[in-house]
Amino acid sequence: MVNERLNSANPSFDLKYRRKKNAEEMKHQVITFAMMIFFTLIAFAAVGFDFSKWFIKPVILLLAVVQVIFQLYYFMHMKHKGHNTIALFLFSGLAVGLLTVLTFLTIVWW
Amino acid sequence: MQMDQKFTDTTWPAAPEKATLEGKNKYLGFWLFLGGETVLFASLFATYLALKDKVPNADAALAKDIFDLPLTFVATMLLLTSSLTSVYAMYHMKNHDFKRMQAWLVVTVLLGAGFLGLEIYEFNHYVHEFHHTFTSSAFGSAFYTLVGFHGAHVAFGLLWITSLMLRNAGRGLNLYNAPKFYVASLYWHFIDVVWVFIFTVVYLMGMVG
Repeated sequence: MVNERLNSANPSFDLKYRRKKNAEEMKHQVITFAMMIFFTLIAFAAVGFDFSKWFIKPVILLLAVVQVIFQLYYFMHMKHKGHNTIALFLFSGLAVGLLTVLTFLTIVWW
Repeated sequence: MQMDQKFTDTTWPAAPEKATLEGKNKYLGFWLFLGGETVLFASLFATYLALKDKVPNADAALAKDIFDLPLTFVATMLLLTSSLTSVYAMYHMKNHDFKRMQAWLVVTVLLGAGFLGLEIYEFNHYVHEFHHTFTSSAFGSAFYTLVGFHGAHVAFGLLWITSLMLRNAGRGLNLYNAPKFYVASLYWHFIDVVWVFIFTVVYLMGMVG
């Protein structure tokens, strides 16, 4: 099955190659993580330094969106091939969710 | 391919989580569930945003009075780091290194437990210092429902990962449990995704006013 297709005639060579690929991917994950921490620091610093709220709010929301894209595409591997159905599930959920947020923000009042 | 077949480092497939039909189905089904979870949390966010600072009288605490920047920062760092440690666990899973995978999962669970402990402290603090309870205002109900639901997800994730580790401790890695570990780590990342929006929308935007 999948295993037989992936492994070549020389298993030890194959193993070395796969290990190297896994290690490379792990390195990218650590870089992604460092960037996520960096964005979080900027978001908290922006609030700590007390800038205008019209500046802070859009900036921290944008940083949150970028961080979530990192999580989904790198940590949760959505950047890999064969994630079309998965993307359909997630983005359908997101579309319904964002519509709910928009509706509640515009029609609920006190 | 037998589910409980013993593997060596060389025979272990490159994508063990999707090497069996059951694994493939689990993976797809889990993302469908995550799509549903997205809708669930978005509804709770919508409710919170609509009811933020809606309190019955002028003495009641508002968002900008109760939130604490350092505490939120530490909690965020704990949960973000636990996301990376679960990536490390899956890295070792793909390399067929059961011991290292278990070790990183232990670190993940400890960081998650630290986060949960801080949240319990935080809620306790709000209730006793600010009389900000579930029933004190619409703001309180919306806040505790949203953040509490996330906290409950963290608690469930901790139980889930711990049970997987204990149940499979004597088995080692095979194609039966690899998808289980993988899906649990996806769930853990999703909890982190939700927290990114909670710390931004609830805490940071709450403190800005």
